[in-house]
Amino acid sequence: MTNNSTTDQSSLPLGEMSEGQRGNLHNYILGIADNSLILGQRLGELCGHGPSLETDIAGTNISLDLFGQVRSYFQYAAQVSGDDTVTEDTLAFMRIEREYKNVLLVEQPNTDFGYTIVRQFLFDAYHLLFLRELEKSTDETLSAIAKKSIKEVSYHWRFSSDWIRRLGDGTSESHERVQEAVTDLWMYTDELFHQTEADQAMIAEGIGVDTSKLKDIYYKMISDVLEEATLEIPVGKYFHKGGKQGIHSEHMGYILSDMQYMQRTFPNMEW
Amino acid sequence: MSEKEVKNLEEIFEARIARDEKIEPKDWMPEKYRKTHIRQISQHAHSEIVGMLPEGNWISRAPSLRRKVALLAKVQDEAGHGLYLYSACETLGISRNELYEQLHSGKAKYSSIFNYPTVTWADMGAIGWLVDGAAIINQVPLCSTSYGPYARAMVRVCKEESFHQRQGFEIMLKLANGTPEQKEMAQDALNRWWWPSLMMLGPTDAESVHTEQSMKWKLKRKTNDELRQQFIDQTVPQADLLGLTIPDPDLKWNEETGHYDFGNINWDEFWQVVKGHGPCNKERMNARVGAWKRGAWVRDAAMAYAEKKEARKKVSKAS
Repeated sequence: MTNNSTTDQSSLPLGEMSEGQRGNLHNYILGIADNSLILGQRLGELCGHGPSLETDIAGTNISLDLFGQVRSYFQYAAQVSGDDTVTEDTLAFMRIEREYKNVLLVEQPNTDFGYTIVRQFLFDAYHLLFLRELEKSTDETLSAIAKKSIKEVSYHWRFSSDWIRRLGDGTSESHERVQEAVTDLWMYTDELFHQTEADQAMIAEGIGVDTSKLKDIYYKMISDVLEEATLEIPVGKYFHKGGKQGIHSEHMGYILSDMQYMQRTFPNMEW
Repeated sequence: MSEKEVKNLEEIFEARIARDEKIEPKDWMPEKYRKTHIRQISQHAHSEIVGMLPEGNWISRAPSLRRKVALLAKVQDEAGHGLYLYSACETLGISRNELYEQLHSGKAKYSSIFNYPTVTWADMGAIGWLVDGAAIINQVPLCSTSYGPYARAMVRVCKEESFHQRQGFEIMLKLANGTPEQKEMAQDALNRWWWPSLMMLGPTDAESVHTEQSMKWKLKRKTNDELRQQFIDQTVPQADLLGLTIPDPDLKWNEETGHYDFGNINWDEFWQVVKGHGPCNKERMNARVGAWKRGAWVRDAAMAYAEKKEARKKVSKAS
């Protein structure tokens, strides 16, 4: 994968970027990657505990795809940082909670299969729309990662939206359970479109995705499936955000103490 | 069918096995053959599924992204093995739900080794290296067993298992060549997993109740003791390569036999774990039964949805 290019439409080679530009690009990449990292971690917790062997395998598959994407993003972010001590693993395991930039949605717990699927569904729709735009980025590395990820995330979306239909239009119990999860997790959807400073700087450079343009189509995309699944579309006007600025829910500390356990207990070792 | 006819069929059947022909699901087979295969294949499938739990225990704490991805993929492979083994078993006329029911009620067994806890990261290495190593020794001969669906499933299982074993050995190698803490972690894992791995190859030949019949049907090609010796002979040089010490003071090379002599296995411990009183028997069963119960509404929803969809299709066809 290359990240340097001299064509007119492409972003500056790393060596020609100012420190501020590099910093923004670095933060921008982490903002994308951390969503996949934390969602992948949450799905990984479920491996071996799914409602059926088939769903277990599918959930693990999605987790694997997300971690694969994380590695590509972090390897690139490490390169952008210009600091030799930064690696994919220091980025994954050695930051403090306030430095993680994932949205609140992905850190929500695996309350039951309904919550797990709704969390996935609400994220997948955004993720797919986002990657389709990121593929057009002037940054060739990000564009290449997006291109590869689109194939995977199209499958994630198909999997989660199919399950929304099954659970919504299945039994009365499944309908109630999945409706509750939709209603509860809805308040985390707006944050997906919240733009940080790094986001805005990257949009201006032609590297980042202008997520404000994706919002309407996102809500239409998920509403169509919810309707088909005979579920009510929540009318809640109150939303939560903060994850992108590193202000997370109380769940995040526990995710990190689990995820960082080895690196914190045995620092500076290779595994 | 008269007794004579059955006897005739049995003779034809045994002759086919002797000629190394594969028995396929629709072929006539003695009832005992069918039952023995259901028992063994399902026990194997259950072992894969329960075996996901001790390793799944370290997915969220894997020490690097590379290791996390490899571990996830490995545990997923085990789920896949479970899936094709259950499918192979279903060809013998039993449903997956019945098989789960046998596991959950304690009627069916799974490999006892998974009732030991995974307490450090090095256990991921030791399980891959030793447990998968012992499993391969057990399973390679099954690739040519007489029952077709089982033999074919085993070809794929064995390929993946040998990849897992190399991966486990590589985790151990990294630890053994790492810091003193890492090396200690590796040695500690070997100390804890060595004896259970030897027990995994089954009771001694004198105690093994199924060996003779299983040999005849090629469900078994070597006895438990022969397999255990093969495992020890193969593993000792690997431990030397790692610079780790096998926790058996009686272990030594015997020039005369061309094999390693080894110390006494604590069979009381083996039977304690087999009978359900190992360190994690209860946790493992609770995890399996719990996941199954918690997932009931999900499976019901999927069935109800499929039925509704089918009914709608019929209505739209009729109109």
